[in-house]
Amino acid sequence: MAVRTLVWWCPDWPVVAVGAGPDEPAAVVRANRVLAATPGARAEGVVPGQRRREAQGRCPGLAVLERDEGREARLFEPVVRALEAFTPRLELARPGRCAFATRGPSRYFGGDASLTVQVGAAADEALESSGWAGHGRVGVADGPFAATLAARLADAAGPGRAAVLVVEPGESAVFLAPRPVVVLGRPALADVLVRLGLSSLGEFAALPTADVVARFGAEGAAAHRLARGLDERPLAVVDPPPDLVVAIELDPPADRVDTAAFVGKSLADDLFDRLDGAGLSCTRLRIDAETEHGESLSRYWRHEGALTPGAVADRVRWQLDGWLNGSAALRPTAGVSRLALVPDEVAPARGRQLGFWGGETAAAERVARALARVQGLLGPDAVTVPERRGGRGPAEQVDRVPVHAVDLTAPRRGAHPTAAEPWPGRVPLPAPAAVPLAPVPADVVDAHDRPVAVDGRGQASAAPARLRVGEGPWLAVEAWAGPWPADERWWDPPTRRRRARFQVVAGGRGHLLAREGGRWWLEGRYD
Amino acid sequence: MAVAAPDLSAEVGSRLGLTAAGPLTGMVGSGVRAERARPLALAREQVLPVLDPLAPLLPGGALRRSATVAVGGEAGCSLALALVAGPSQAGSWVAVVGLPALGLLAAAGLGVALERLVLVAEPPPEAWATVMAALVGAVDVVVAGPPPRVGAGDARRLAARVRERGTVVVTLPDAGADSRTHGPGLEVDLRLTAGASRWVGLGWGHGHLQARRVSVEAVGRREAARPRRVELWLPGPHGEVASAEAEVLAWPGVAPGATPSARSVPDAG
Repeated sequence: MAVRTLVWWCPDWPVVAVGAGPDEPAAVVRANRVLAATPGARAEGVVPGQRRREAQGRCPGLAVLERDEGREARLFEPVVRALEAFTPRLELARPGRCAFATRGPSRYFGGDASLTVQVGAAADEALESSGWAGHGRVGVADGPFAATLAARLADAAGPGRAAVLVVEPGESAVFLAPRPVVVLGRPALADVLVRLGLSSLGEFAALPTADVVARFGAEGAAAHRLARGLDERPLAVVDPPPDLVVAIELDPPADRVDTAAFVGKSLADDLFDRLDGAGLSCTRLRIDAETEHGESLSRYWRHEGALTPGAVADRVRWQLDGWLNGSAALRPTAGVSRLALVPDEVAPARGRQLGFWGGETAAAERVARALARVQGLLGPDAVTVPERRGGRGPAEQVDRVPVHAVDLTAPRRGAHPTAAEPWPGRVPLPAPAAVPLAPVPADVVDAHDRPVAVDGRGQASAAPARLRVGEGPWLAVEAWAGPWPADERWWDPPTRRRRARFQVVAGGRGHLLAREGGRWWLEGRYD
Repeated sequence: MAVAAPDLSAEVGSRLGLTAAGPLTGMVGSGVRAERARPLALAREQVLPVLDPLAPLLPGGALRRSATVAVGGEAGCSLALALVAGPSQAGSWVAVVGLPALGLLAAAGLGVALERLVLVAEPPPEAWATVMAALVGAVDVVVAGPPPRVGAGDARRLAARVRERGTVVVTLPDAGADSRTHGPGLEVDLRLTAGASRWVGLGWGHGHLQARRVSVEAVGRREAARPRRVELWLPGPHGEVASAEAEVLAWPGVAPGATPSARSVPDAG
């Protein structure tokens, strides 16, 4: 039986943090995709996941804003303080979403229904000043996964009342059954399941566990447990060994977030060295901070997968940002003098090779930062990444996409060859290694110094004998083949192009030439 | 934080070997201190792997980190792409600065992972060193066109950053242009020249370009001072790089010395 959990969630938190009001059209964009939008923007048809251009097309007055994670954490702190009145064991998943086990609080506050209403009211009160009161959602169900989904699906009961959805004990599996498999948050797995004909969680949950494990491994087994309304992994009630706790005394005390977060980073690396040594991964972590005057702040952070050093360092920064830069009433009176990381829930590290992917992501993030700097120097369109496209010419088959339009840290579909559509008239591989941005004019003549032409049937008028690129010297042709005729977009006269491509070796070098509009062009050189 | 400091002697030894020939001979003491403050790197992390056929060209059979390699010759573009394909496949990011004419499809064909390739437009000369410095350290390999004239101070700072971050810089003359002199600062450690090349597969009016035999010569400083030479298929018949030493590759129908143009290809379309 999964632990009965309450989740408070504001899905619009990134836009709340950047200071947009709920009614003005605004969206926070990451990697050219909408991450979150205000209700005002959503009414105009802006939805998360949309491309930025499409969102602006739907809603011309849309204010497009950059994400500010530090501010997200800072603004979340008052909400967390308000919810701490209900239970000290509050777990933060990320700014804008937190959860706690309801067993004790529910009894004390008069049942789940009463508790949710009070939680919603307390959070709204904390949000009053920003104008976002009433946009938080509360869900209660067995297990954090079902509770999060309940919070997502909760509808506002009326104006001024928080949206609440309570799933009765033991009903979680029934509640989850009709939901699409995409909500599992595993896009690759969901894709396979849909293609297997399993579109809802109920259908997936009905599969025998042994078969799921055999086909999808540990990752699939965890997803299967979620779909059945259980916890992601069986509870292993083992207290973590005390020597896993890492702590550091700061002398002099850090009164700036940067300083403390820097220490937090090395502390996180230290913690993960120890966890790795013990073969453990951490799913819930407590971050304790103490000041010189004895004030202390401790928060539980949960992560759906397993926490990585980078993720822990981020959470240390978020937590301290919310505390040290928060409103005057919450701010401590002295600098942070002690910082401790306490792994609260550990599980054997198996089945997830996070180090491998996490390491790659770290490198990609470093590259993204450097490229942002280069973009600042040279302009946004100066940095591009290659993306595969269909086409016949060497320049058409790989396009250059501005780097701000893609997420470097995520796997990219465009970087891999697509299914080989037929492109009749494509010149066989290998491709030329030098492809000028614009074709260079060239001259090709036959043995009698007459320009070589291509007739309507795709036949060369004569064998080429000599070749000249631009104003360069004439080169004797050593070998040639062609034409590879390409009649493109014949259905659309303004953009129609007819070309005939030739491969020519002259002067020891391979050339890719094209005859178009009665002229010769150099399209590439096999350098 | 405490840094693992055992077994520094081997590390410092290699470090001294590196600095002794460089311009930092007088700064050995500070070099050791800098080493102490930095996490220990294993010897195998100080090189980047290359494709097997290229290994005989490089001292130690791999690209030493923070080396500058100048690639030139007729097949220079392909050779540079083949050189960075090894690190790219092993997970390194590659940045290309300038060189708008680089064939990206050919890059993919020679084994460069396009998902870890970024392309930066040619910076104006005064911003060149800054852009390079921003990329060095973030990516493992930077492929750049010929450096413009940069100030001696900028060049020195860039060279120091390359040494510190362990980035490999591959310079390539513009496609078509002859090899130009390199600006001060980026001292070339290794010079790879793709010499005589010969295409096979293309006939007189039939066939298509299939493979190219190139002899590549490498000459450089210090341990690379002895010239090395290999024969390569660049690209080979299946698009990838292959060694052509001692006719390892069985190439049907090519008699030694046969000119490609006189050969007919049965599968010509």
